[in-house]
Amino acid sequence: MIASTRSPLMWLVHLTVAALVILWTIPTAGLLISSLRDKDQLASSGWWTALSSSTQSTVFRAPGAEAQVEKDGRFVISGNILQGQGGKISAFGFNSRDPGAFEAGTSTTLPGNETLTVAEDGAFEISSPTAMEGNRGQRIFYTVAVPPRFTLDNYREVLRAEGLAASFINSLTVAIPATIIPILIAAFAAYALAWMPFPGRALLAAVIVGLLVVPLQMSLIPLLKMYNTVGGLLGVPGKGYVGVWLAHTGFGLPLAIYLLRNYMAGLPREIIESARVDGASDFEIFVKIILPLSFPALASFAIFQFLWTWNDLLVAMVFLGTGNDELVLTGRLVNLLGSRGGNWEILTASAFITIIVPLFVFFALQRFLVRGLLAGSVKGG
Amino acid sequence: MQQLFAAIVTMALGVLACAAYFYLSNLLLDRIFPSKNRSGPEASRNLRIAGAIRPWLFLGPALIALGLFLVYPVFGTLWYSLHDRNGTTFVGLENFRWLFQDGEFRQSIFNNFLWLLVVPALSTFFGLIIAAMTDRIAWGGFAKTLIFMPMAISFVGASVIWKFIYDYRGEGSEQIGLLNALVVYFGGEPQAWISLPFWNNFFLMAILIWIQTGFAMVILSAALRGIPEETVEAAVIDGANGFQIFFKIMIPQIWGTIAVVWTTITILVLKVFDIVLAMTNGQWQSQVLANLMFSWMFRGSDNGRGAAIALVIMVLVIPIIYWNIRNARREMGGR
Repeated sequence: MIASTRSPLMWLVHLTVAALVILWTIPTAGLLISSLRDKDQLASSGWWTALSSSTQSTVFRAPGAEAQVEKDGRFVISGNILQGQGGKISAFGFNSRDPGAFEAGTSTTLPGNETLTVAEDGAFEISSPTAMEGNRGQRIFYTVAVPPRFTLDNYREVLRAEGLAASFINSLTVAIPATIIPILIAAFAAYALAWMPFPGRALLAAVIVGLLVVPLQMSLIPLLKMYNTVGGLLGVPGKGYVGVWLAHTGFGLPLAIYLLRNYMAGLPREIIESARVDGASDFEIFVKIILPLSFPALASFAIFQFLWTWNDLLVAMVFLGTGNDELVLTGRLVNLLGSRGGNWEILTASAFITIIVPLFVFFALQRFLVRGLLAGSVKGG
Repeated sequence: MQQLFAAIVTMALGVLACAAYFYLSNLLLDRIFPSKNRSGPEASRNLRIAGAIRPWLFLGPALIALGLFLVYPVFGTLWYSLHDRNGTTFVGLENFRWLFQDGEFRQSIFNNFLWLLVVPALSTFFGLIIAAMTDRIAWGGFAKTLIFMPMAISFVGASVIWKFIYDYRGEGSEQIGLLNALVVYFGGEPQAWISLPFWNNFFLMAILIWIQTGFAMVILSAALRGIPEETVEAAVIDGANGFQIFFKIMIPQIWGTIAVVWTTITILVLKVFDIVLAMTNGQWQSQVLANLMFSWMFRGSDNGRGAAIALVIMVLVIPIIYWNIRNARREMGGR
């Protein structure tokens, strides 16, 4: 459009965009890759090294003298240092001051005159011409190159032990009704605002635009008090799913009405007027003509509301509670950040479980999301 | 599972009840004021009355919900802010007096202003340049999708993602956080980024910028495409170069949209809470108003102080509410 496609400037554009895309995707990629790594590897090396084998230096204690067998006149203790796990040993030693003194595959003489051999695959042998004594086995220090290991264990762990599965269901329970209820209520209100003449219509529309940006924080304290009072009167707890659904409905309505009103107001007048002439009532016009035609706007809002309710932390924490059974995914994740702060295998897997549904919705329905965004921001002059 | 089932049943009931309300209330209205098969004057009288009532049937549930969840709480919060921690004794402006001499509140105001300065500006800036550049390359759509993606991620999820990037291990041990690994690679000293007073604010802001740039990009990209071709062509004929066209022809035509993006992100910044709660919970001088309000309301269980902080947030938003209404009225007037 501006610079011609052949201009050297275009290379700069390609490169800059590529750099920005990488910058924007790397954080999420790191999370996903880390969540699939073996937890020891995750804790000892950066996720960008996930494909190369990592070297670990550690120690193994051989069995004590009771494990020795007599073979060809020598007493032998043997086994495998790696205990069945994969890896390749590069060096070993018997003293903590020089843990990598000897190359794998060679033999050395221990202070007690035994011979120690460690092979690359982890097989070791301690042998002595006389019977060995003592219950404490020989310590063998070794450096091992562990091949990259990918696993779903982290996910199994968090779903089972950390309560992510229950929270997942809680999140669904919150998000689905909290998406559908406001759409119904808003659609009728939007139709009235767009197509039914009544005194005060313009004022009402302006009030709704104003309510679009009233901070959620304003509502929390009075609503919580009100819930507790109503709950007390009805003999039920003040916190619960119904309360969360209604709260999300109230907070989502301004945007829903605004989006739908603008969309419906743009529908051709002739369709509605010819239906009126044919004797259709407003209710019939709404259900049979307006609703089907407004599908794109309804879908846009539904996606917004679903993402917002699924990703919400504040409303769920305040109106549903923070008990172990009540936590939605976001709340659970905040708790894990506190209690399992350093356990990145738990945190990365949990975080990925919380974002997988919104990401799926995003990639599947991006078109509607973009359309909704464009319609939803109050346009400037 | 049982719970999900209960949710689905409740949802079906709610949807049915809602549909039934609208259907039955309309039916009832038509029964009370029938217009079909009636004599001329009576029919037109009934039609007029029903026409005056029907909008309110349609609007009813929405008005009740808006009133209960948004309008009443504004006054409720005002009332609580003038009362003590339990909302029983009237204390006048005591909560505000306390607020303005509280160190943590001042810290929050300072940090909030930092956020307000940095986040909308950088998000809009990145959004604008990405929109301008991706519109000109073949794989721009793909690039936009990837940059837009963080928009779908919750603030808490994003906080975990970035906390992992900022992860810090003591000097000498292998860094598994990307930022510290880069710092070490280039010969620097690793830092515990999120506990560095003052600077940690910027590391928290990066998260919101990462999320909001996609939003700015989408809106501004549409605005750039809406610029009339002729204006650009005329500039090309007059011999303007790419930068001149972008800054002198295109930007002035989308000022309105830039302002909208800016204010939308500004409002979001004022309400930002999840990121601070998840990353630092206000420690190391990174407190912001929304999190301070939450901590007084929830952990401090002091409704008076919580409400006072909420009001401060509200006051900061009011100019934007005014500006929005003015714009929207001008726009709706056109229909």
